[in-house]
Amino acid sequence: MSNQSFRRFKDKLAYGLGVLCVVLAMLPLASILFEVVGKGLPAISLGFLTKTTGNITDPSSGIGNAIEGTLILIGVTSLIAVPIGLLAGIYLAEFGDNKFGRTIRFLNDVLAEFPSIVIGILAFSVVVIAIGHFSAIAGAVALSIIMLPIVTRTTEESIKLVPSSIRDASMALGIRRWRTSLSIVLVTAKDGVITGILLSIARISGETAPLLLTVLGSGFFFSGLDQPIDALPLRIFTDYKNSNYPSPLAQGWGAALVLIMLVLGLNLSVRLLTRGRSSFARARA
Amino acid sequence: MTLSLQVEELKPANSEAPSIRGTLEKFKIQTEKLNAWFGNNHVLKDLSINIKEDEVTAIIGPSGCGKSTFIRCLNRMHELVPGARSSGAVLLDNANVYARGIDPVTVRRKVGMVFQKPNPFPTMSVYDNVAAGLKLNGIRDHQKLDRAVKRSLELAFLWDEVKTELDKSGASLSGGQQQRLCIARALAVEPEVILMDEPCSALDPVATAKIEELISSLKAQYTVVIVTHNMQQAARVSDNTAFLYLGQLIEYGETTQLFENPTEELTERYLTGKFG
Repeated sequence: MSNQSFRRFKDKLAYGLGVLCVVLAMLPLASILFEVVGKGLPAISLGFLTKTTGNITDPSSGIGNAIEGTLILIGVTSLIAVPIGLLAGIYLAEFGDNKFGRTIRFLNDVLAEFPSIVIGILAFSVVVIAIGHFSAIAGAVALSIIMLPIVTRTTEESIKLVPSSIRDASMALGIRRWRTSLSIVLVTAKDGVITGILLSIARISGETAPLLLTVLGSGFFFSGLDQPIDALPLRIFTDYKNSNYPSPLAQGWGAALVLIMLVLGLNLSVRLLTRGRSSFARARA
Repeated sequence: MTLSLQVEELKPANSEAPSIRGTLEKFKIQTEKLNAWFGNNHVLKDLSINIKEDEVTAIIGPSGCGKSTFIRCLNRMHELVPGARSSGAVLLDNANVYARGIDPVTVRRKVGMVFQKPNPFPTMSVYDNVAAGLKLNGIRDHQKLDRAVKRSLELAFLWDEVKTELDKSGASLSGGQQQRLCIARALAVEPEVILMDEPCSALDPVATAKIEELISSLKAQYTVVIVTHNMQQAARVSDNTAFLYLGQLIEYGETTQLFENPTEELTERYLTGKFG
């Protein structure tokens, strides 16, 4: 009997430790959210969200240009990195079981772990110096180098999760290999692929270091891909640098809140969209 | 003329017992010294067999005897497995599907396949599952697709159960319905031969009975080759049965004869459950 109660105690202990670790892991997230919402919310107003920076120490200065810049950077970066990453991921999953594939996979993993400041220096020396000045496109190039390995890796992993019986079924119908990969396997894996793209967007929208060396930051709205633009993380950084003034400090918190909400909203909306469709089908079953 | 001569020549094994179809019967698939390997593992050894048109041929034998590999060689699915290779000839209507210059994709359109576990495309509706083979081979005409979907689902005995919910997810059907959906999907591309790799092993007895009934109705239009673990099933659905053991064809003949009066001792021992 005592043996059994000791076992029960061990079970409870393990369960309790598990719960404790979950709480510990959630604590930083909760405290960040609490802090950012608490300090950022007072700064938010229609003017703050729509006006340009102008003079950063001016209490009525806004982050409209930074929001716009971040959205443009996400868009252009995705245009570059998503197609390449998707195709690379499909290649690695479907045809990459050879020396070349293994080499690419290894280099891709190395690239994913690369310090982003180094990628910023690369984009600086390749794009900024070639154009002659800081530009939005240089930032998009740097960010797409960060995004590419994430998209490649998650695409590969999601495609590998598609059971081989699905691939067999398609091949046995006399559907060609490339068609099978694109129209059957990739479509089956689409939820995982979309999640991967979202994760990589979340990752790049918070990147600051490579932007310092490429887009520079700007106090005005977008004026061309070859011109400097602003971005939310950059704005947070400059606000922090000027935090001995009261208004940039408050605005920095506001910008941080907007950035977090942007990433969160993007995640949630696409997730709801993709989940909605499959649960719709299930509900009708 | 050469065609009929060849058929006559290859027939003597069965010519003693005249079949109902008499001289009209024709071989749809003939294999000649078919060998298959996975890496260094020699799984099919010099298999030569003639499969009759518009009849059901069952392949039986213990696990690992090469049954599945054999039928996967017939539509060139075997070679998709890394490290797999084969030698010998598979004649479909007297043309070798392994001849140089033959595109395996065209072979697979003529020789459809149904797998052990029902494997509908999970993100597609019932309709799209059936239409997939046509759509992805470039057919866009909606009326043509509608007709093909209806015809295939009717042939697979599934139309009445799903006609009001064609836009439902294929994965939401029951296991037996999913398997009939997979059969409809294979039929939609209008193959001439249907290969079935233990199509009922994941199904309950009621669903199995339905599939068996379906198999019997399919032979009016199609040549069916079915791999099965279940000897009773082979006896129920097939016209001819081949017994494979360790990659070799031990005995092949009309099902009733093979089950009631096997000529090989090994066959008899397998049928009576002494091994396998």
